[in-house]
Amino acid sequence: MKKLINRPEDVVKEELAGVALAHADRLRVHTAPNFIVRVDAPVKGKVAIVSGGGSGHEPMHGGFVGMGMLDAACPGEVFTSPTPDQMLEATKAVNGEAGVLHIVKNYTGDVMNFEMAAELAQAEGIAVEQVVIDDDVAVKDSLYTAGRRGVGTTVLAEKICGAAAEQGRPLAEVAGLCRRVNANGRSMGIALTSCTVPMAGKPTFELGDDEIEIGVGIHGEPGRERRPSAPAHDIVETLATAIVDDLPFKRGAAILAFVNGMGGTPLMELYVVFNELHRFLEGRGISITRNLVGSYMTSLDMAGCAITLLRLDDELTALWDAPVNTPGLRWGA
Amino acid sequence: MSETISRQSILVWLRTFAETVTRKRDELIDLDAAIGDADHGINMDRGMQAVVRKLAELDEAGDETSDDLGALFKTVGMTLVSTVGGAAGPLYGTLFLQMGVAVGDRSELTLTDWATALAAGVTGVRARGKAELEDKTMLDALLPAAEALNASDSGIPLADILRRSAAAAEQGMKATIPLVARKGRASYLGARSVGHQDPGATSSWLLLNTAAETLAPAERCAS
Repeated sequence: MKKLINRPEDVVKEELAGVALAHADRLRVHTAPNFIVRVDAPVKGKVAIVSGGGSGHEPMHGGFVGMGMLDAACPGEVFTSPTPDQMLEATKAVNGEAGVLHIVKNYTGDVMNFEMAAELAQAEGIAVEQVVIDDDVAVKDSLYTAGRRGVGTTVLAEKICGAAAEQGRPLAEVAGLCRRVNANGRSMGIALTSCTVPMAGKPTFELGDDEIEIGVGIHGEPGRERRPSAPAHDIVETLATAIVDDLPFKRGAAILAFVNGMGGTPLMELYVVFNELHRFLEGRGISITRNLVGSYMTSLDMAGCAITLLRLDDELTALWDAPVNTPGLRWGA
Repeated sequence: MSETISRQSILVWLRTFAETVTRKRDELIDLDAAIGDADHGINMDRGMQAVVRKLAELDEAGDETSDDLGALFKTVGMTLVSTVGGAAGPLYGTLFLQMGVAVGDRSELTLTDWATALAAGVTGVRARGKAELEDKTMLDALLPAAEALNASDSGIPLADILRRSAAAAEQGMKATIPLVARKGRASYLGARSVGHQDPGATSSWLLLNTAAETLAPAERCAS
């Protein structure tokens, strides 16, 4: 294992120290328990938005803390859910007395830890709503599984809900908007390589030199199938077909297309993917009216990408365009 | 004569469980690697070591005088919730928190108290995880263990009843092997989860097995 780290057990701690130093203008980092808040928290009278999850997906979530997006993020150990004490303290730190929205990705641990945190916060008199994002079409949504995993739509929901909260909208409305984004977003990813968790020291799964994993999860969970490597054209067609057919995205739809790098893939290749995606959607009569291309929800050093499509309307588009100023996403401010 | 479970026995139980988890750490990791994400042994070990440290702190702070068992169980629960992470943290945390609520400020437990506490804890786990029997989870070990206590006749030595409860947990744990997982990360494997023993049911059996080894008063009649 070659990594730019010191001791594996210190990675999260040292990362947070670096984040605090690099972004002191926008963020404050608390330790024991670990959470990141925007520098002007709590913003009085504004709904606060808190998210969190395992570390190793940077810039998600800590890099999305700031004006127009998250009020707080709770980083867990690498690929491990944060704990309710972190979420409770973060919730209290950002509560501007207009209530707090928790945006949770659908993983068993994350959901249960956030539920406990909400119960504890409610017991302290804080109004909390939770929305669980479950947009990964690679996983069958069934009564017999834990349901679809939460992936790329999470980033879009955090941006859009952050803008709505900034406008002073009430908690129920911001939460409703979050559910609407989740209902209109679908994602799927592929891995070209595995990733290596620092504490494990070896790749999470084995993938041959000429193999790709279609439908991989952001922690290296197995996907739909393993295939021989293929040109970007074919890979995009596989991902986009699964996504478009699932919602389904129909002819004439206006969408936000998000091409996300998994951490180990160059931006050059992500643009090749975006070009293929554009062509594919054009052929289906679907128009990309907004886009995001880059590595925003990573899986450590995994090579590969994920595509997220979000069906837009005028309101979602305006909220997407609203100013945001975070280390990970910034425009208009 | 009605036998009771003392605070001292409960402390021994918790420390013995922590030692057992450390000893079985790699076994739990391997069970989890087969159908989950290979962190159950690491997370439970980290959590129970934190519990042992917390108990030592309480001892040093002279908290030995406080014999409120509800408070003790709640401390264990909150420590697990804040140190285990993943899904096991909230589940084991809830188990102890609800046991704490059930025992209130009692300083020792009768068999009925223990049965009530375990049943409350298991109900909490079931609600938290939204799992049912045969979903291939820790509930498959916990639920039969709690039920075995309720079905016991009075007059049987406490040690025997606790052993019967642990045996029911063991049977439930083994019964997870042919099941298809319907909760947690293993559920994504569908039929591929068949043939593997559930790691959560395994740690739950360890918890109840160490309870059977430690909770009954030492001066009981040998059976």
